[in-house]
Amino acid sequence: MSKKTLIPIGPYHPLQEEPELFKLYCDGEIVKDIKWETGYNHRGIEKLSESKTYEQVFFLVERICGICSNSHPFAFANAVEEIANIEITNRTKYIRSIIAELERIHSHLLWVGLAGHFLGYNTVFMWAWKYREPTLDLFEMITGNRNSYGMFKVGGVRRDIEESKIPVIQNVLDDIKKKTDLLAGAVMDDPVIHARTKGVGILTLQDVIDYGAVGPTARASGLEIDVRKDDPYAAYPLVNWKVITAQAGDVFAKAEVRLLEMYESISIIEQCLAGLKKEKEGDIEVKVREIPEGIGNGRAEAPRGEVFHFVMSDGSTSPVRHKIRAPSYVNIATFRKSCIGQTIADATISLAAVDPCYCCTERMAVAYDIHSGKKILNAEELISISVKRTREIKDSD
Amino acid sequence: MGFKSYCFKKSLWVFHFGGASCNNCDIEILDCLTPRHDLERFGILLVGSIRHADVLLVNGIINHHDKERLIEIYNQAPKPILVVAIGACGCTGGLFTESYTFAGPVDKVIPVNAYVPGCPPKPEAIIAGIVKLVNNS
Ligand code: SF4
Repeated sequence: MSKKTLIPIGPYHPLQEEPELFKLYCDGEIVKDIKWETGYNHRGIEKLSESKTYEQVFFLVERICGICSNSHPFAFANAVEEIANIEITNRTKYIRSIIAELERIHSHLLWVGLAGHFLGYNTVFMWAWKYREPTLDLFEMITGNRNSYGMFKVGGVRRDIEESKIPVIQNVLDDIKKKTDLLAGAVMDDPVIHARTKGVGILTLQDVIDYGAVGPTARASGLEIDVRKDDPYAAYPLVNWKVITAQAGDVFAKAEVRLLEMYESISIIEQCLAGLKKEKEGDIEVKVREIPEGIGNGRAEAPRGEVFHFVMSDGSTSPVRHKIRAPSYVNIATFRKSCIGQTIADATISLAAVDPCYCCTERMAVAYDIHSGKKILNAEELISISVKRTREIKDSD
Repeated sequence: MGFKSYCFKKSLWVFHFGGASCNNCDIEILDCLTPRHDLERFGILLVGSIRHADVLLVNGIINHHDKERLIEIYNQAPKPILVVAIGACGCTGGLFTESYTFAGPVDKVIPVNAYVPGCPPKPEAIIAGIVKLVNNS
């Protein structure tokens, strides 16, 4: 076997905003093996969630990931509402879906920008982020914050979208549509982008099935998978839209899927706005007295794929177990297929193509030392750490 | 004019350290550099190495995994360096103070010159924070 060179990327690297470490084992220009290390971002959210009330958990799950700060509460709300068997009002459904789709637009624009940045095409980066700003303004108008919206609660949403705001939203949507046309034109017709992304980082249909990939990563390889269609929730069964897929499975196809999805999102929002007009203003929550004992599964389609929350309740005010699975967790594993055999320059864009989000992925798992076969961290140890920490906090007060 | 204010009078170069954060603060920091706010007009530039930086922006809580790395990065920084803690997480730990991985807000680990609270702080707030810091140093 020839000698391999190790090229580390990260953990604090100008290319990435989040801390994570990739180790590319290269032979000359070609990547032969890839390993990644996370843990720089672990905050113990599942454990924290058990110490918070249901109302508080929404603010916690929102802060799992800033870009998906709507998808996590959405999935959590779905799970809790399944336990308590709550039927939400139509107005709530529309508002939830509007926020979710606005988030998809801003997230996809963000990705297009970052992908441009990874390719060394900073013009696209600057453009995409400029056109993303109006979406954030909309969020600020509707929810009061540019990110981390705080919109969800069990059985409803916290703020209404009043009649007077609808024309403003519509105006911004029209604007975004024009800008998306422009971006799509710039990206889809640019020979340089074609040369850099076509045939790069290919995932075949079989690969995405084997790795269990979700979201645009899977859809770009021709797998029609979308929670909004497969397990309809909120307003998605009430509006008309279609799942976008592409066949090639390369980076270009992923960009194409994301850009086309933005048009779908705009159309969903427009239909939801029309639906809002038919419902009574202010009808945005149902009273919830208690969360009974039981288990609930909540799913939601985040911009990156399926978010899954499992919640177990014993009838008290906080969950006894809360399990979270974010889409990047499964998507990241496809790196082994898409990056190995590529040149180093292409590997970076293949890494970026699944739109990985590490703060979502940082879940705790029990690890085994391969050499001794010993558990590195088991449940008791975790509990003892947690107890020790609680004591420390108590003492410091 | 003191040595410090002389150092920080012109083009500040910024290094960004994302601790255990939720990504929002990171994105708002990047947002400062994109066309709407465009900090590069003032010579403020995001650099790839701490060895070139005048300002170290830290956001997110610091967990046990990050702690030694942050200290290492701080030690590598050319002095004087301005350290800015961004966001509720960076300033106090915010929502995550009770977490088992929490190793302290930024100022427990390295000395901090300025705090920009908010979750996430708006880009305007980040810019205002840096301007205040430069004026006062
Ligand atoms: S302060 Fe808020 S937005 Fe910033 S990293 Fe912490 S949780 Fe995220």
